[in-house]
Amino acid sequence: MTQLVIIGIYLSLLLFLGVFSSRLFKGTSKDYMLASHSIGPFLLLMSIFGTTMTAFALVGSSGEAYKEGVGVYGMLASSSGIIHSLCFFLLGIKLWSWGHKYGYTTQIQFFRERLESDRIGIILFPILVGLVIPYLLIGVMSSGVVISSITEGAFENSFAAYDYGVPPWLGSLVISLVVLIYVFFGGMRGTAWANTFQTIVFMILGVVTFFVISSKLGGLQAASHAVLERNPSKLMRAVDPKDRERYAEKYKTWTLIAKYNYATRILKTLKLTPEQKAEAYKAFKPRMPNWQNTAEAVYAADNNLYELTSEEVNKALLTQDDRVMPDPFPEKYQMGLMSHHELKEYPRKANAEKEKAMLIFGGKIGHPTHDLDPDDPSKGKKWTIKKALGVYRASNWAPDAPHPMSKLVFFTYFFVPLSVGMFPHLFQHWLTARSAGTFKLPVVAHPLFIMIVWVPCVLVGVWATSAMFNGSPLFPPHFPANAVLAAMVKKMTSPVLAGFLTAGILAAIMSSLDSQFLCIGTMFTEDIVVHYGGKDRFTDKQVVLMARMFIILVVAITYGFSLLEPRRVFTLGVWCFSGFSSLFPIIFAAVYWKRLTKAGAYAGVLVAIGSWLYLFKEAKYALNPNYTFLGMMPVATMVVASATAMILVSLITRPPSKETLVRFFPED
Amino acid sequence: MRYAVYGLVVVLIIIHQDNWLWDDKRLILGFMPITLLYQAGISMGAAFVWFLATKFAWPHHLEEIAQESPAQESPAQESGETE
Repeated sequence: MTQLVIIGIYLSLLLFLGVFSSRLFKGTSKDYMLASHSIGPFLLLMSIFGTTMTAFALVGSSGEAYKEGVGVYGMLASSSGIIHSLCFFLLGIKLWSWGHKYGYTTQIQFFRERLESDRIGIILFPILVGLVIPYLLIGVMSSGVVISSITEGAFENSFAAYDYGVPPWLGSLVISLVVLIYVFFGGMRGTAWANTFQTIVFMILGVVTFFVISSKLGGLQAASHAVLERNPSKLMRAVDPKDRERYAEKYKTWTLIAKYNYATRILKTLKLTPEQKAEAYKAFKPRMPNWQNTAEAVYAADNNLYELTSEEVNKALLTQDDRVMPDPFPEKYQMGLMSHHELKEYPRKANAEKEKAMLIFGGKIGHPTHDLDPDDPSKGKKWTIKKALGVYRASNWAPDAPHPMSKLVFFTYFFVPLSVGMFPHLFQHWLTARSAGTFKLPVVAHPLFIMIVWVPCVLVGVWATSAMFNGSPLFPPHFPANAVLAAMVKKMTSPVLAGFLTAGILAAIMSSLDSQFLCIGTMFTEDIVVHYGGKDRFTDKQVVLMARMFIILVVAITYGFSLLEPRRVFTLGVWCFSGFSSLFPIIFAAVYWKRLTKAGAYAGVLVAIGSWLYLFKEAKYALNPNYTFLGMMPVATMVVASATAMILVSLITRPPSKETLVRFFPED
Repeated sequence: MRYAVYGLVVVLIIIHQDNWLWDDKRLILGFMPITLLYQAGISMGAAFVWFLATKFAWPHHLEEIAQESPAQESPAQESGETE
């Protein structure tokens, strides 16, 4: 409950800030959308940084480091330090100068004039809004997960289905409403102020979290040495032989369990006698909650008590891992055994883990502060549903195979941060700058700020792989990556600190949501309503009202998606960024290539979005987190394809008019 | 000097790949994985290169252009159509 109160106070503070900044609101749509070009270097740095660092940076980076190791930093953070500032430097300043000179508020206004095409807006508007929605989704979804994880057991009788904490759908809803309210009142000025405040909050609290967690793990050195001992592959990008050996042993044991379960539960050709079971348990050292099953499986295998055909073994593996059984069963698996890699090609059955976990551990699930056995408190507390799911996954599913990071994937990740050049919300932030000189501080400090936020998050995620707590691993195998940071904060800090740290995580999330909310409202009014309705048809008050209404509509749609969305934050983020990156060649050419034509830009946009849709579908709509195309990140193909189409078509079509070229390239 | 700054950006992009640390799990100062420390160094290097860019490659003329004619309305916006 303490955490909930602190989060409530923090959200109230934000609302106050939004309302206060509205007192400075000049009442014009320009002030609402661009803060009247009044933002100085510090506010610009904080608002740009706060906007680019979202749940992806805190929740996603720690979760991905937990899964993939320290290589995550080089893959995305250090490359972003180079590329983001490059985009601010090469694109931001030029676009700011044109925006200031010609009165642009949105990207589409710029493209319409630079490309001498009104209809480009009709294509770009749905694409940009469509790509912002998954970006919003990351924030909305993560905020619900974080609040839910941190408030487990906060209520005595309510929300039993959510471990007596705030349900994710409610957490996401509250965060969306709070951000909506302060964006409504404060507009761009409120957003810039709130971003600055929230960026300071999450940077300070992030560093505090890092040191609190490291001290709970016995200090920086002890935390890292535990990883070196138990999961050395997480400290590099190759696979350590020790991890490979451990995995081979675990997979072998898991195969025995799968076969034993299949023989006893599905075929019913084997049933151990009580004496055999007693002998099996006697020879086994208990480690996991479901250890008896493992002991029986090892005993049955050692004593050759059953025999299965290749087809039966393969079906046993698929059943044990909750995979969908292929129908008809492939011929090749009727004769030979499938590898772990081949096994993973079959998707897991939806909800299988929940149904089975409830069936097996239903009697142990309850309020996490209540004793499992009221007459014997030494047996511990009741299990949360999340714990039951975790124990089920850890004791039933195949162990994760260690895998090296591909050099080609690492290199082609470099294309992902190019997305910053096409983020519509960042374009709008650039235009708020008071002068070109305002950009100097963001350009220089951005890579350092990324380092301050990402290095601790990546280390915490890596430590989580090997951390022990009260004598047992802090996280069982297959623990959901998105919940790693929140779970560590909850388990390893006091309720008061956990409340503050959660506020810090929410700050990072909200500082991106607000800019995105404002940007989509701005695009709708400027690029659709005012553009097609006529500039003098609506009063400024009506324009602001329409922006607000459209924001509500998009937030409602995003919120609806968040109720269905199960994907990893990091994977979803990478797809969203890849879409924006695939449009990067168009904005870059628009700024630096005089020969870019209207037709060339259309070709680039259509190829970008066409290749994105195709590859996104191939990756099973982000459900496959390790999807690559030609061994590379899909974004590399999208960027090259869109650039090629744009260049070729531009070269064979009529160049832009002299008037347009003089307007945008006067120095030449 | 402007080209030297752009050259440094290219160098940063090349050394970012750090193939030479791919299978190195050493801990520096007893806690910092060497690959993470190296990449953090790339972030600091990037900040320094961008600092040089603000000193030697800054487009001062853009500021002057914008100040000469702040927030003019574009002809296209006035007419509402460009095509």
